[in-house]
Amino acid sequence: MSAVSTPTRPVLSHLRALESEAIYVMREVAAEFERPGLLFSAGKDSLVLLRLAEKAFRPGRFPFPLMHVDTGHNFPEVIALRDQRAAELGERLIVASVQDSIDRGRVVEETGPRASRNRLQTTTLLDAIAEHNFDAVLGGARRDEERARAKERVFSFRDDFGQWDPKNQRPELWNLYNGRIRKGEHVRVFPLSNWTELDVWEYIEQERLDVPSIYYAHEREVFERDGMLYAWRDGAELIDGETVFTESVRYRTVGDMTCTGGVRSHAATLQEVVAEIAATRLTERGETRADDRVSEAAMEDRKKVGYF
Amino acid sequence: MTLDLLRFTTAGSVDDGKSTLIGRLLYDTKQVHDDQLVHLIEASLRRGGEGALDLALLTDGLRAEREQGITIDVAYRYFATERRRFIIADCPGHLQYTRNMATGASTADLAVVLIDARHGVVEQSRRHAFISALLGIPRLVVAINKMDLVDHAEQRFEEIMAQFATSAAQLSGVKDITYIPISALQGDNVVTRSERMDWYEGTTLLDLLETVDVSYDHPDEIPARFPVQWVVRPPAATASAAESQSTNGHHTTRHHAQDDPDYRGYAGTLASGALHVGDDVVVLPAGQRTSIAAIDTFDGPLEEALAPMSVTLRLADNLDISRGELICRPNESPAVTREFEADICWLAEQPMRPGGRYVLKHTTRQAPAIIDSLLDLVDVHSLERVGPPSELNLNDIARVRVRTSAPLIVDPYDSNRRTGSFILIDEASNGTVGAGMIRSA
Repeated sequence: MSAVSTPTRPVLSHLRALESEAIYVMREVAAEFERPGLLFSAGKDSLVLLRLAEKAFRPGRFPFPLMHVDTGHNFPEVIALRDQRAAELGERLIVASVQDSIDRGRVVEETGPRASRNRLQTTTLLDAIAEHNFDAVLGGARRDEERARAKERVFSFRDDFGQWDPKNQRPELWNLYNGRIRKGEHVRVFPLSNWTELDVWEYIEQERLDVPSIYYAHEREVFERDGMLYAWRDGAELIDGETVFTESVRYRTVGDMTCTGGVRSHAATLQEVVAEIAATRLTERGETRADDRVSEAAMEDRKKVGYF
Repeated sequence: MTLDLLRFTTAGSVDDGKSTLIGRLLYDTKQVHDDQLVHLIEASLRRGGEGALDLALLTDGLRAEREQGITIDVAYRYFATERRRFIIADCPGHLQYTRNMATGASTADLAVVLIDARHGVVEQSRRHAFISALLGIPRLVVAINKMDLVDHAEQRFEEIMAQFATSAAQLSGVKDITYIPISALQGDNVVTRSERMDWYEGTTLLDLLETVDVSYDHPDEIPARFPVQWVVRPPAATASAAESQSTNGHHTTRHHAQDDPDYRGYAGTLASGALHVGDDVVVLPAGQRTSIAAIDTFDGPLEEALAPMSVTLRLADNLDISRGELICRPNESPAVTREFEADICWLAEQPMRPGGRYVLKHTTRQAPAIIDSLLDLVDVHSLERVGPPSELNLNDIARVRVRTSAPLIVDPYDSNRRTGSFILIDEASNGTVGAGMIRSA
């Protein structure tokens, strides 16, 4: 009955273990695919991915370009950091634009006060994957984010329509990932699968990564809808009774301005943000993502048709 | 300090309370957020619960699972305490049990086998323990659940313990079995000590999970294995010039060898053991001898690398090494072979027949493989080996003889889970159809 360990010499912190696993996954992608790409939005998770790519491949170049799906409604602070990081690293950045998809008639813009380009991104993403012949796309999704993601594989197979079939996923054993596909199919790869939101913030602190200023508390013009605080921007439409007011807010996720809510916060430094996340009583997506509030299976349904 | 991350798996049959146990661990360690709690209260009321929280609903997954009230696929759950982070591979106990159990067990350091105290050891509990042992999990926790329904009786606990110990004689490789009487529903001995079972003097489940040894804790006791994953070469001269003009200097100054145009590093994840600068090593399968000149990381050079770190090795001699080769110490080499015996878990609908051809993936190496013969099938009911089958069907387990077109660098699975494991991929469907554990080379 003596399962309790006797002290041994220091090994790895859990952050270092997660980091090592993610580096391993990235190198598998580089070795097993011909044309991988890395989704980079300059959100916190994808900034962690870039640091992991540096750790996996420097002093060599990244064996993949970076790609951002730009809804045209992104926070300007985030776009600025996106361009800055790509330039600092000297790596190629591809921007796939939802506006282009609209202009080319691939998708139709939603109208009304609740209009969002969140759903339209899926078409832009799949078109870009086809245009650049990507056979693997690295993303920063985590299993702790949402119930449908809890069953996601690290190497997640997508058919030639970009679809995810949750009932027909490849078994994934040990660290032996199966990346074999036919032409037209691709694999979404999630090196941060086993990270939690707190792990990401602790890693940002450990690595001293720059994150967009909107993650820190700042004064912003907002309006309140369905219990969430949305950023006021030109062209936004208010529903009866809603007013624009100034509040000290912070963002927990960086998505499209139309569907990402801020939280009231005075956490103005990285240390304060980490402390706030550690103590928070709400999940990341539950608190700030309107796109997950549509129904119990909102994420599952979007993933099936090819969403991130 | 030991690794503060424990991966464990949970298994149980349909009604023995596995989802409630996981829900209890999450709830009592304060991992349930307010929005999830609101959701849980609403869902509990919808299911007809009269005010009591149905903690099992916390781990509900996909739409089909909620509709059918079952778990279809392995789900991964995360929680943390002051002492450790935990990753749970939550395996369904009924559908596709071998496939899902094997998947969850492959990365776990510990398995929690749940037994309903009213029913005692049933076929499924023995099967779960068997698959955990087959997949090399060194530690089992037998959680005897629903003690509230047997009057918290010590005698019932001891009966079941004795029952399980009898069948556990079949479990080779299991170092350690701990028995804990719990009630997941009422929380006894999960996170909080039970007041209703004061006769029990052992640890609570959480206490055990927080303190148990994990596989990477003793890197000096196991030979070093470094499968080469990726060869790192510096960027072309023009590219590195552009990079050095970047605005943020620390990215370009943190690694020391970057300016060397002849830089050649072998990147990979140390599968086991420890390597040091200056160690004499051999590169397999060819067997060239050299020594470790440097252990590089983005954060600077190291004197020593321990499993499971991802590092880049530079070697003293200029050898031409590629992905799939393995670096280790010369006096503790694994076998280099094209033929071996292995236990296979068959994961696919289409059967495996003798003579079947597959792509085999082992460490960072792939090779075409032929199954020469099916030697011995495990009867999943009696858990005894019953002789050669004519084919393997979904969820079957059998000893087989495998031949590969190129040499593999292997250890027996019992001594090394990383270099002793492989998967089989169907060339037509590209599906992962088999999971293999090398028994003898």
